[in-house]
Amino acid sequence: MTTDGNTKTGGMISGSMLVIDAKDMHYKELNKIIRESILSGVKNILLENVNGQYYIGDGIKGDDITITVNGVPGNDLGVFMDGPSIIVNNNVQDNIGNTMNAGKITVNGDAGDVIGYGMRGGRIYIRGNAGYRIGIHMKGYNEQIPVIIIGGKVGSFFGEYMAGGVMVLLSLDNSEESVGEYFGVGMHGGAIYLKQKIDFSKYSKEVEFLEANDSDMSFLKKYLLEYAKDFNLPPEDLTRGPFYKIVPSSARPYAHLYTSAAF
Amino acid sequence: MTKSSFTNVQSEYLAVIDHAKCIRCKRCIQNCGWGTYSFGGDKIIADHSKCVACGRCYTYCPEGAISILKNPTVMRENGNWQDYHIKNIWRQSETGGIAISGMGTPLKYKKYFDHILLDACQVTNPPIDPLREPMELKTFLGKKPSKIELDFNEDGQPVLKNKMPPQIELATPFMFAPMSYGSISLNAQKAMALAARALGIVMNIGEGGLHDELVPFGKNIIVQVASGRFGVNRDYLNSGAAVEIKIGQGAKPGIGGHLPGEKIGADISRTRMIPAGTDAISPAPHHDIYSIEDLRQLIYAIKEAINYEKPVSVKVAAVHNIAAIVSGVVRAGADIVYIDGFSGGTGAAPTIVRDNVGIPIEIALAQVDQRLREEGIRNEASLIAAGSIRSSADAVKAIALGADAVAIGTAALITMGCHVCGKCHTGNCSWGITTQRPELTRRLDPEEYGEKLYNLINAWSHEMKEVLGAMGVNSIESLRGSKERLRGIELTDSELKALGIKHAGM
Repeated sequence: MTTDGNTKTGGMISGSMLVIDAKDMHYKELNKIIRESILSGVKNILLENVNGQYYIGDGIKGDDITITVNGVPGNDLGVFMDGPSIIVNNNVQDNIGNTMNAGKITVNGDAGDVIGYGMRGGRIYIRGNAGYRIGIHMKGYNEQIPVIIIGGKVGSFFGEYMAGGVMVLLSLDNSEESVGEYFGVGMHGGAIYLKQKIDFSKYSKEVEFLEANDSDMSFLKKYLLEYAKDFNLPPEDLTRGPFYKIVPSSARPYAHLYTSAAF
Repeated sequence: MTKSSFTNVQSEYLAVIDHAKCIRCKRCIQNCGWGTYSFGGDKIIADHSKCVACGRCYTYCPEGAISILKNPTVMRENGNWQDYHIKNIWRQSETGGIAISGMGTPLKYKKYFDHILLDACQVTNPPIDPLREPMELKTFLGKKPSKIELDFNEDGQPVLKNKMPPQIELATPFMFAPMSYGSISLNAQKAMALAARALGIVMNIGEGGLHDELVPFGKNIIVQVASGRFGVNRDYLNSGAAVEIKIGQGAKPGIGGHLPGEKIGADISRTRMIPAGTDAISPAPHHDIYSIEDLRQLIYAIKEAINYEKPVSVKVAAVHNIAAIVSGVVRAGADIVYIDGFSGGTGAAPTIVRDNVGIPIEIALAQVDQRLREEGIRNEASLIAAGSIRSSADAVKAIALGADAVAIGTAALITMGCHVCGKCHTGNCSWGITTQRPELTRRLDPEEYGEKLYNLINAWSHEMKEVLGAMGVNSIESLRGSKERLRGIELTDSELKALGIKHAGM
């Protein structure tokens, strides 16, 4: 905590931004300060020296709130978040965007496992690679379309049980195959777009592999342009096709598996 | 493969109409959710193969003209190859599917509650008459301080120094078990919400989201977070009296949930926040929980989101190593642990799991309570017992075995008319409980059945007071975990040991 700061919020107001030095601070204290600052009307927060604190941005609400993180935040960054933006200037760990409802998380580095689990809305943009079980049980609902874009490659179980929303895997720096095992198993909603053509025959039997069409591309364009802007990448490199699309064969993959018992 | 039009599975029941009494009012046709009855021009015709003996038709036949009989056509009796086995073989050989059932297991496993007797006072320690003397059933669920710290005010009166962790206050140690909108109808949920509010207890909405019409009942609702995360967002977490993480269910330990797409209509879609018509799949594990440490992470993610203002409960199924599991769950930060025993109910489960997986709640509870006491952490969390609590006697015994409160699911549904036909998964419930068909759900009047639920819990609470009085204690708190007030009959030494009780006469 800054020593010369406002002791009530534990931070220092610099311009319109609240700066909090998270060095040696427990997550409980850090998140309490963030929550209370937002309640008192602070819109921009800069966290310095973050080092593995859990739950940053847990359950915070408000479309006009931005938290910038210097350092590596801990697990469950942005869990249950509903509107705000979080910009991380380093890598992130596991479970970011867990059950997130709205808002945006931008990661200027790599991400760990289980990103966007059960995510219902908002965007997660990762510049580098991501680990296992990305976008498991992501779901869309009405106008809420969760979007995850990953610049590099991912581990196994990509899009497992995916029920809605959109994921894009750009494979920007990879020549080798960018997905692991069990890709799209149990997928029953949403769409995954790949920039890299892969041999899809060895993956899930529950999904179909297609070439993205014009309407797919026009949907993706605004997200890809935003991604390019966020990471300062040439937009034409990102939006240039072809893209490949993976969609579930059925919204009801297990419909014929059961029979009513006699008792 | 081509399907034969004939089936080996014969009608289990016969819907017999006394045509001399029948006035052809056709109420039976209207009331039956299964399509058993039709009008044949001059009389009612019954298709016996569709009857599940749910009791709706004869209850509402104004002339008493309907009898539901067990089909007298015998299957050749065999102590080993029972109806259950033979009929399931036939059904499965026709479809190739996993057999699915509703409710708790109907198989005759030993019910330990029926082998436990309560103590009473005679001569040396007088019983208390609860009709004339105060008897306390109020129960607080949540973490309790490990010791009491006192300050004294100016008048020398003691003042509690401890800051109490958040609690759920129950006027009587009962609650309604988690049942989602989707597995049951909204009217069934509303009946429980009305009763819970009137009784000063809580209901649990399961993993189906919180319907708008239940929002005003927030103080009497536990909201659930399960692996599908249906309807879960920040506002949802903050809308109830507590948040429960569902790990397991007694009827189907280790199994997820699956609400089929045809049951996801517009209203359920809105409540679960998923598109209409797609399957609502709750994976078997939470994919962010593969360890006790991961569970701790989710517990505290929720505590952060609710600003530590409400208790967090964790629901687990009673399985072989339950004592160690619950110890871990408590150490992970759960304020309440809900233990659901083998024979607990379900909207749908693979029959093999429902009938063969888990352990009885009586034994699980005794083992968990003992283990937490030995480890000195019993105060860290409250215990809720569930898994077919059939009477106030079961509830009293569960509390003496170590529970803080009990949850009732099937008993609540029976109050609403359920005849335990076990076909919840089909969505045809004639009583309007486990169905979403509007012509069936609208017959379940939440006010009427809310009052019946109120009556039931009131009656059971009075009965609880009677036996507490007989045991010479004036508070349910005094019985909690008091296994000395229980004795076993017809139990082996191993069973007595597992239950932590003595044999009658000892």
